[in-house]
Amino acid sequence: MKKLGLIINPIAGMGGSVGLKGTDHVVEEAIRRGAQPRAGERVKAALTKLIEIRDQITVYTYPGDMGGELAKSLDFPTVLLTAAGTDAVDADSGYTAAGHTDAADTIELAKKLLEEQVDLLLFAGGDGTARDIYEAVELKVPCVGIPAGVKIHSPVYAKNPQAAGRLALMWLTGKVQKTEELEVLDIDEERYRREELSTRLYGYLLVPKEKTLTQNRKAPTPVSETASIEAIAYDIIEAMEPETCYLIGAGTTTRGIMHLLGLKNTLIGVDLICGKKLVAADLYGDTILSYIKGRRTKLIVTVTGGQGYLFGRGNQQLTPDVIKEIGKENIIILATKAKLAALGGRPLLVDTYDEACNLSLCGYYRAVTGYGEYTMCRVTID
Amino acid sequence: MKRIDRSEKVRVHFHQAKWDEPIIYELSTPGERGILVGAPDEEIAGQTKGVDALPEGMKRNTKLNLPELSQSRVLRHYARLAQQTLGADVNIEIGQGTCTVKYSPKVNEQLSALIREYHPLQDADTVQGMLEIFHETDKYMSEISGMDHFTFQPGGGSQGILTMASVMRAYFKDKGEDRDEIITTIYSHPSDAAAPAVAGFKIVYLQPDEKTGVPDLEQLKAAAGPKTAGYIVANPEDTGVYNSHVKEFVDYIHSIGGLCGYDQANANGLLGVTRARDAGFDMCFFNLHKTFSTPHGCGGPACGATGVQKDLVQYLPAPIVDYDGEKYFLNYDICSNPCAVGKVREWYGVAPVVLKAYCWIRSMGPDGLYQVAKTAVLNNNYMFKKLMELPEVTAYYEDGNNQRIEQARYSLETMEKETGISTLDIQRRMMDFGMHYWTSHHPFYLPEPMTLEPTETPSKKDIDEYIETLKYVFKEAHENPDIIKTAPHRSVTHQVDESGMDDPARWATTWKMYLKKYSD
Repeated sequence: MKKLGLIINPIAGMGGSVGLKGTDHVVEEAIRRGAQPRAGERVKAALTKLIEIRDQITVYTYPGDMGGELAKSLDFPTVLLTAAGTDAVDADSGYTAAGHTDAADTIELAKKLLEEQVDLLLFAGGDGTARDIYEAVELKVPCVGIPAGVKIHSPVYAKNPQAAGRLALMWLTGKVQKTEELEVLDIDEERYRREELSTRLYGYLLVPKEKTLTQNRKAPTPVSETASIEAIAYDIIEAMEPETCYLIGAGTTTRGIMHLLGLKNTLIGVDLICGKKLVAADLYGDTILSYIKGRRTKLIVTVTGGQGYLFGRGNQQLTPDVIKEIGKENIIILATKAKLAALGGRPLLVDTYDEACNLSLCGYYRAVTGYGEYTMCRVTID
Repeated sequence: MKRIDRSEKVRVHFHQAKWDEPIIYELSTPGERGILVGAPDEEIAGQTKGVDALPEGMKRNTKLNLPELSQSRVLRHYARLAQQTLGADVNIEIGQGTCTVKYSPKVNEQLSALIREYHPLQDADTVQGMLEIFHETDKYMSEISGMDHFTFQPGGGSQGILTMASVMRAYFKDKGEDRDEIITTIYSHPSDAAAPAVAGFKIVYLQPDEKTGVPDLEQLKAAAGPKTAGYIVANPEDTGVYNSHVKEFVDYIHSIGGLCGYDQANANGLLGVTRARDAGFDMCFFNLHKTFSTPHGCGGPACGATGVQKDLVQYLPAPIVDYDGEKYFLNYDICSNPCAVGKVREWYGVAPVVLKAYCWIRSMGPDGLYQVAKTAVLNNNYMFKKLMELPEVTAYYEDGNNQRIEQARYSLETMEKETGISTLDIQRRMMDFGMHYWTSHHPFYLPEPMTLEPTETPSKKDIDEYIETLKYVFKEAHENPDIIKTAPHRSVTHQVDESGMDDPARWATTWKMYLKKYSD
């Protein structure tokens, strides 16, 4: 019987859909803006892959929305550990609820799972969660991350929940036996305040080694790319139509356009321009829709670092509804050739919360990679 | 006297000459002369106005600043610089990947010297022999490629590609079609994109499939459209992988009205095996120094011989050397379409280069050319197999078929992860053994790339020595990485500061600019 440790950060990802750049410390604001818990759906997609070995594993977790509730709902044999400050173990009522757990709970549970000597720790969250897991277990137990947070730069996370489930399955059934140490990354707060998007290394986790299923380290754009970014910006600006609105997505590559136009830019947010003038800054979800409804709009997005994500990582402001309103034909992808090269020919990925939207985005695109220079990119969901 | 110890397979005692030679301007002494030119005889002086004959606007306002040196000092200066190069005649020429220069027989150099007094403005009747060589070389290359006529005007590979792009532009201008896009692939030579961009085209790159290493047809269909003027690619690409479906690509481009150009700069693995025209291409070019044994380096004279199918001859740069049954002549009429490319370079080609290529083709014969391809492919695949046995070396795009053509791109990512030694470090260290080593064009699409191309020139012993040297350096990566990190130690220069490469403010490409920017 294998022991599977499960940790869900139930508030992970809530900030993204309402224009917050994370959920840590701002969960109440996210709820006020109408955010719904998302992590559960993601974990369910991953755990579904393990149903075929349900009788060979036991899930160890906390009760409630940190894991117990979901594990039980899928009929996994479950051992509920006792959380600090609680006497009773009650999976039905649960001691936690959205907004009531924090980093300390994650760390505490991870330590307990280590004591229980679980064979694999499956956790769901974002970069903040990965940092908490690292703090608790370091390299002492193999881990697989289910991407559920707003910021996901760390390659300890699988490409998507299904891939995380498959990797866990392969590890627990012995089909994958090697591990590798992968980075726990998060945005470098100090440099971010200086408007530089840079990831910082916080540590390493031990991850089952299956190259096609985990993410590459998200590589910040190196300084020597400056000229490429400017060339791309010239191409975009030259083709701009006066009456069309342009949504400028997050990232340093898209920022090049705003710099060249002399406009203020939100580095990890979405800005709207029209007639080469700023209309609104740092928009999200429904607010974007209210601006663009019925207006010809093009969406300019870039690929995130070494991961190759077009949607669903760091730009959750661009909700499926926004993407559908704009239409696939009006999406303009920017990427420096070095950034595409770092993908080694792998396709670009989309991972919004809407499966139909993901599917509709698949296919070939002509990414702008220089002035008068384009590179064909294939977009897929995994 | 004792027996010389030759047990060491690697040249661990190699050391490049290092002369600390100043720049020639720094050697200058005012008034020092190599030749004292006497004044003209009175009779001659009386018949010319000298510099006064020049229009005022063409005369210099300031004295020409040339270094002033004696003959012996000039000779010594350049002899020293020559010793500081690692040329094709002294190193085992394998490691320039995609740019490796094959052996160029010295007898061809001597033959080419026979025409050095010729001038391109000479009356055609006085240079019939050289014109015949141009014409015959045109015919040989047409036979090798399947094209109908070649121009030798382009002065190198990139100019050959520029000529192909210019022919495409001329063709569509003539047809009155507005097409401004060229499709190429990521692993084709960067000039396949850069030269058409110079000709005013937009560039659309195809990316390789992650398993096969070449794009699939669906991607081409997504990229091509009514604005597509043409498709210009190398095949095999820089990875050594050959796109065996290229004819389907060519057919598709033709179906939407576009033209296709084949970058055959390096056709070492294809001579006598495949022909560009048989795959449907409308045009191609050969780098005579890569395929036809005409040495070229440091921007010296080269030729990107460019051939086209018969419908496109009218757009080629004029003139073409032709034969009317009695004598050879410069045919301007054959390229007289009003939209034709015009000149891409002065005259009609670098005659000594064409002559050397002609001599080489004649000395090889058709069977010899085919043998070149077979040997080049054999050499490369022998090397590929031997290198793939090393734990430090991997390769992408095997997909059940690891056959490469005449070159291969490897990856040292495993070694880099284990030792921290990168392919760039290896490149510097190989200089310490008198070997070239090449990584890849930028950006690196494959991690830690190593690109090697043996050509047909090296023997098995040569290849084995190159592999032994690589093994020696890989061993150092595990046991003594510091010596690699700090390399080169026995080369002309130590580590070069590349920090100013992206900064034009720090460039000094002339002596005048150097003085301006770096004087105290």
